[in-house]
Amino acid sequence: MSEAAPMESAAQSFRHVVRLEKVEMTFGKVQALSNVDFAVGRNEIVGLLGDNGAGKSTLIKIVSGVLRPTAGNVWVRDRPQDPDQYSVRKAHDLRIETVHQGQTLGEKQPLWRNLFVGRQITGRFGFIDVKKEKEIADQLLRRAIGFRGHGITADSTVLDLSGGERQGIAIARAMYFEADLIVLDEPTTALAVSEVRKVLAFVEGVKAGGRACIYIEHNLAHVHEVADRLVILDRGRVVGQFAKGEISLADLTARMIALHEGRTHAGA
Amino acid sequence: MPVPESARKRFLETEGLPIIAVLLALVIVFMIAAPDVFLGYRIYMSFLATVPPLLVLAAALTLLIAAGEIDLSFPSVIALSGWVLAYFTHVLGSPWFGLLLALVAGGLVGWMNGILVARIGVPSIIATLATQFLWGGLTTVFSQGLSYSLGEVDQYLLWQLLVGRIGPFPVQALWSLAVAGVLWLVLNRHRFGEHLLFIGDNARVAEVVGVNVEREKIRAFMLMGVLAAFASVLLTFENRSFFNTQGGGYLLEVMAAVFIGGTSVFGGRASLVGTVAGSFIIGMVEAGLVATGLQGFWVRAVVGVVFLAAVIGHIVIEEPERRSAFVRALRARYDFVRKSSPGGGSRERRGAR
Repeated sequence: MSEAAPMESAAQSFRHVVRLEKVEMTFGKVQALSNVDFAVGRNEIVGLLGDNGAGKSTLIKIVSGVLRPTAGNVWVRDRPQDPDQYSVRKAHDLRIETVHQGQTLGEKQPLWRNLFVGRQITGRFGFIDVKKEKEIADQLLRRAIGFRGHGITADSTVLDLSGGERQGIAIARAMYFEADLIVLDEPTTALAVSEVRKVLAFVEGVKAGGRACIYIEHNLAHVHEVADRLVILDRGRVVGQFAKGEISLADLTARMIALHEGRTHAGA
Repeated sequence: MPVPESARKRFLETEGLPIIAVLLALVIVFMIAAPDVFLGYRIYMSFLATVPPLLVLAAALTLLIAAGEIDLSFPSVIALSGWVLAYFTHVLGSPWFGLLLALVAGGLVGWMNGILVARIGVPSIIATLATQFLWGGLTTVFSQGLSYSLGEVDQYLLWQLLVGRIGPFPVQALWSLAVAGVLWLVLNRHRFGEHLLFIGDNARVAEVVGVNVEREKIRAFMLMGVLAAFASVLLTFENRSFFNTQGGGYLLEVMAAVFIGGTSVFGGRASLVGTVAGSFIIGMVEAGLVATGLQGFWVRAVVGVVFLAAVIGHIVIEEPERRSAFVRALRARYDFVRKSSPGGGSRERRGAR
């Protein structure tokens, strides 16, 4: 986090919190992304839409430093990033937090470890300040999304949690580190309806707090509701962009279904 | 005096409790079966002299297994580093150089293992099986197949520091327990240990939370190599000789010590306290059995029984769900036997529920 401090002072001067330029990503013979330009403004909620396999998760894995693009450039706060240096850790330092889809927690590990792994609170020689990590973890648990509050503590392991609770932990982790950009990849998948509202409220809170968010969600109504801009991916390409109010939910739905069907036919 | 619930719970959650119980039970059995030997202190001093190399190896391997990897090459490091120690102590005239070079040799073997596994992507069981042959074979070449006697080695200060005696007490016991203690801290309280646990739990999760999986794995293999070399130094000094086959017997014993101690074969969970107890169990069974008058032939069979008992014990104590499934299965079987009257089929099914 040490590198985040000087960035903060320049917080007002950048235009895009993150920008991808002509990004390509191939896995063997599979072209997951081709020539993608994608940007997120400083205080913008971007809804990322597309069918399964359209490249959404690949795109956000590049943003969050998990994957290194085959070609193209990544800019953070209008500064070009050295592709060899850009990593999850670097993204964390640049205040980019991601809630990935699916499993993002070490199942056999206690919650306090899961909240801090990768950026532990350490004393001298890299030893973890266990007491402090547990204290903060307990505080976070009390207000985390998705909890029924039944005797889950910082020492509980992830195996003790329901799907919604796991998602809550992953979101709580992202919230705690106060990022400028929060990336949510299908965060509501395992949640009950009332909890989905909390996630949407959280996304709106991100906006109100002057920060940015990339939001991936299958439920079109939810994305349509909270996003400032919608970006549609199909087969690794950006095929449509709409600012808020430019497209109705019904038209958006029709468009997505058309894409899906076009794809099915093409595949057949 | 009533014991408060929380204290009782905390006691039951003590790391390695089941295996410590097995160790104590074993000692008690031996005390009853061979009181002459096991009520004296000499036998324990003998254990404390012979178990340390095993303990150091098992403790180091515990970290690697926590990370979901395995090392089969350490028996060859015991041979290689033993040769390096003996040869360079002789050639350079100082055991300190011998020690240093032995540790470096172990570290290099570990580094090579790490590169093979983490960077090139060879599964560790295959990579380290191959390097086990490579380094074991090269040691035979280097030593020309000879054994060295290090008769005068106990004149050195270093020998006294590593494997000397304080009264009857062997110093290497302190070294090995110190290694285990430090590794406990590393695994449970250090960033590196936490990274290993997450890698062993789920390497993809470790990656997305920002753990440098490749680097941490290479480090873990190097640590294993250096500590295998240290175990080799303890062994070679204690024996006052080097054999080019000296690592041979350790492979299965070390793995048994780790798994008896309750470390998960699937990674992500490991107990160094368990490994320490497991090492002493493995180290004790042989001497204990001989002392009780049973033939030495029985040793491996008894180790097998203790091993199974320990592994089942861990499941019973640490995994309540599987315990109740096990109890249900037993009960179903029992009901079936008791009620095996005509038309027992439906009853059996009811019992199984």
